[in-house]
Amino acid sequence: MYEKVIYEISSKGKKGYMLPPQDVPQYEVPEKYLRKTDNHLPEVSEREVMSHFVNISSKNYHIDKGFYPLGSCTMKYNPKINEAMARLDGLANIHPYQDEKMVQGALRLMYELQGSLGEITGMDAFTLQPAAGAHGEKTGLMLMHQYHRGRNDLKRDKIIVPDSSHGTNPASAAMTGFKIIEVPSNERGGVDIEALKNVVGDDTAGLMLTNPSTLGLFEENITEIAGIIHGAGGLLYYDGANMNAIMGYARPGDMGFDIIHLNLHKTFTTPHGGGGPGAGPVGVKEFLKEFLPVPMIDKKDETYTLRYDMENSIGKVKSFYGNFGMLIRAYTYILTMGSDGLKHVSEMAVLNANYLKENLKEYYQLPYDILCKHEFVLSGKSMKKKYGVSTMDIAKRLIDYGYHPPSVYFPLIVEEAIMIEPTETESKETLDEFIKVMITIAKEAAENPDLLHEAPHHSPVRRLDDSGAARNPILKWQDIE
Amino acid sequence: MFPYIPATEESKKKMLEDVGLNSVEDLFKDISHKVRLKGELNIPKHKSELEVSSYIKKLGKMNETTEDYTCFLGCGAYDHYIPSVVDAVISRSEYYTAYTPYQAEIAQGTLQTIFEFQSMMAGLTGMDVCNASVYDGSTAVYEAAYVAVASNRRKEVLISKSVHPEYRKVLKASLGAANIKYIEIEIKEGTTDLDDLKEKLTKDVSAVIVQSPNFFGLIEEVEEVVKESHENKSLVVMSTDPISLGLLKTPGEMGVDIAIGEAQALGIPLSFGGPYLGFITTTKALLRKVPGRLVGMTKDVDGKRGFVLTLQTREQHIRREKSISNICTNQALNATAATVYLSLMGKEGMKEVAKQNYDKAHYAHEQLISTGMFEDSWEKPFFKEFTLKYKGNLKALKEKLEENKILGGFHPKEDYQALENHLIIAVTEKRSKEEVDQLCTIVKEVE
Repeated sequence: MYEKVIYEISSKGKKGYMLPPQDVPQYEVPEKYLRKTDNHLPEVSEREVMSHFVNISSKNYHIDKGFYPLGSCTMKYNPKINEAMARLDGLANIHPYQDEKMVQGALRLMYELQGSLGEITGMDAFTLQPAAGAHGEKTGLMLMHQYHRGRNDLKRDKIIVPDSSHGTNPASAAMTGFKIIEVPSNERGGVDIEALKNVVGDDTAGLMLTNPSTLGLFEENITEIAGIIHGAGGLLYYDGANMNAIMGYARPGDMGFDIIHLNLHKTFTTPHGGGGPGAGPVGVKEFLKEFLPVPMIDKKDETYTLRYDMENSIGKVKSFYGNFGMLIRAYTYILTMGSDGLKHVSEMAVLNANYLKENLKEYYQLPYDILCKHEFVLSGKSMKKKYGVSTMDIAKRLIDYGYHPPSVYFPLIVEEAIMIEPTETESKETLDEFIKVMITIAKEAAENPDLLHEAPHHSPVRRLDDSGAARNPILKWQDIE
Repeated sequence: MFPYIPATEESKKKMLEDVGLNSVEDLFKDISHKVRLKGELNIPKHKSELEVSSYIKKLGKMNETTEDYTCFLGCGAYDHYIPSVVDAVISRSEYYTAYTPYQAEIAQGTLQTIFEFQSMMAGLTGMDVCNASVYDGSTAVYEAAYVAVASNRRKEVLISKSVHPEYRKVLKASLGAANIKYIEIEIKEGTTDLDDLKEKLTKDVSAVIVQSPNFFGLIEEVEEVVKESHENKSLVVMSTDPISLGLLKTPGEMGVDIAIGEAQALGIPLSFGGPYLGFITTTKALLRKVPGRLVGMTKDVDGKRGFVLTLQTREQHIRREKSISNICTNQALNATAATVYLSLMGKEGMKEVAKQNYDKAHYAHEQLISTGMFEDSWEKPFFKEFTLKYKGNLKALKEKLEENKILGGFHPKEDYQALENHLIIAVTEKRSKEEVDQLCTIVKEVE
């Protein structure tokens, strides 16, 4: 297997580029502004660059290759038409500072996307600017801050999050200057209402909730929770990570949520890119619209404009107008699926999840044995106790069978958690294969635990020394050169 | 019916039986009727690929693009040449459809690419550490400010008015919500006013943020800023254009603590402002305060070289509200594009492209001045972008240029009231002498 770092194929004088000859005179750069040190870039030919990146790319698992049952991360198929549309000259090659009249198509696309997202979620207005889900959270929390400040309600400095929440929720709240209060979950995986009542007060800025939750369960008491938070003067924030489960069946806007974000890569098929770019549009109810970041996209007659004159706006959260390339992909998907298709997405995502859950609960523990939405959480606790096989071992063994492991050790409230989300783009045949493999692994755990401890056996590299990496960080080639 | 969903009526029926339900509707019986959507979503029904692509193409055709126009617009988004190999690599499913590399054994492609990105960006900036990227240049500014505040626990951040206005607005909004004081430093003759800086440098100042080349294209006296700030034990954050580092003195050479910026210039299309590529590089001293992901080189159980996400205890998965940043998604695919770009250009290519930008911008500057219709806004050194004051009617000039398919530059009056009739003009390696000469010819034709 190819084992090189690009610096190891570099040698002096090789080039992977050719520029047109300089056709203007040379101009002197004042000596004091000149770079004096080496730039540490490799010297490689074009053919070698291509070959290098193809070779290392083949060590990646990816959705076009196989099944990714990653709970809460929603790894579904990325339609190829989306990619083709994002690369059109008319959309890829426009400058953000061109006059509005020259970019009417782009503005119209964004305006229509805002409208569609508003309808799907039941919110009144959207900003497309946030660059990712966590950036959407930060934006949403800034909106909360601005809303309370606008009412001169200055002591609201606490954000409540359930103990099952995404780690980004408390991190975003802390970054926006809030203090965090955690509420426990009840025995059915929902928010513990009594505990919630005990912590709300006149210092509550808001509650952040994922619904369905990270346990994959729809919050049964959502209207009561909304009543408690609103009654105390706080706002209800919806983490849209799990929107894939309820499209066409329920809308956060109808459940009492005031602010929401959507992860376009989770629900609307923009690709994950090995970690990004994403996009995290934020939707609000009418009374919060005036606080949205500038610019807003407006339509007057048939003309689209960027509106900056909003005196109560939180300001800007990102330069220009958001991750436009991602917005094209998401809108292409929404148009392709339509109202009927999106509803069908949620139906199949939920059916697939329940099918896996029912077929696996015999072999792994299921802490919440109730109807789930598009994901569910198993526990490897008893397997660990009986055979010394951890959830991490199970995850790594799955790699040997050609699967990407599910999300593990999340949510934190389930011991040895294994969180599975099949998505709607997998067939029954794939799910049946996966069930078979999961059962085989459960048997292996009992019969030959070392096989799991030492897994994966068939991957480009085997278990890596994480603690060594942290103890002695080598973060660039120059560190060992 | 839907090409992305493989379920058949028969498989659906079998699965429903298996889970003990009668209908698909039953899958949603846990959602109370009080919050159930009545009726259908009010958006159009599904459409075929053919219908959708012709509609999106129609929207695309409503835009004027940099393929049709000669682009002299810059200001944080640049029309640089993108070698074909960049798109060939990032269009591979192995890169664009892969997940965040938490399972290192089957994500070595992404992890190694990020490691190479970190190596190249550290080399280019002359800094010790680079992270796996942040959203864009503007968000890199506040991430850097939080690093500074976390490191020296002071509660004020100074930023020069010559930093990109959008970056300043993003910083202001972010710090405002987090109760960190945001203060601007005045500009004098187009660059940071060092006297104003000295006056505002108090014991509460955590960081001083400057940009070089700055929003007007001018090269700042960063070493002076570093000297003053360090005497006050404040950190210096410098935003920079990575193309300029092929030629100009690096943040590392000048003693900057955190070098950040927008790396869209490195192989990423204009795309109406995003997605772009923010980078954050720092010194070793600040290593444990770096936001987001870091990839480290290590060995597997067989002693084979491999790469992992490292120092993750800084991140929000583990530290939750005590993490340094909430950043989770980064811009891995754009970082891949930049890594491929930098690999192709290499040591000499980055020098050459930087010098071409410099020379072409200086040629354009000289030629425009010689039309007699422009004067220098400030006579100061610049890199690939410069600011000129137009002596005639700016609107008429703009219209004439547009008629001739030229995007003639950015008018910064919205953010800088004093700059009535000024234009910021960017000239990259993509602009030919002929295009610059044509620009000047048209300038002379305007009344």
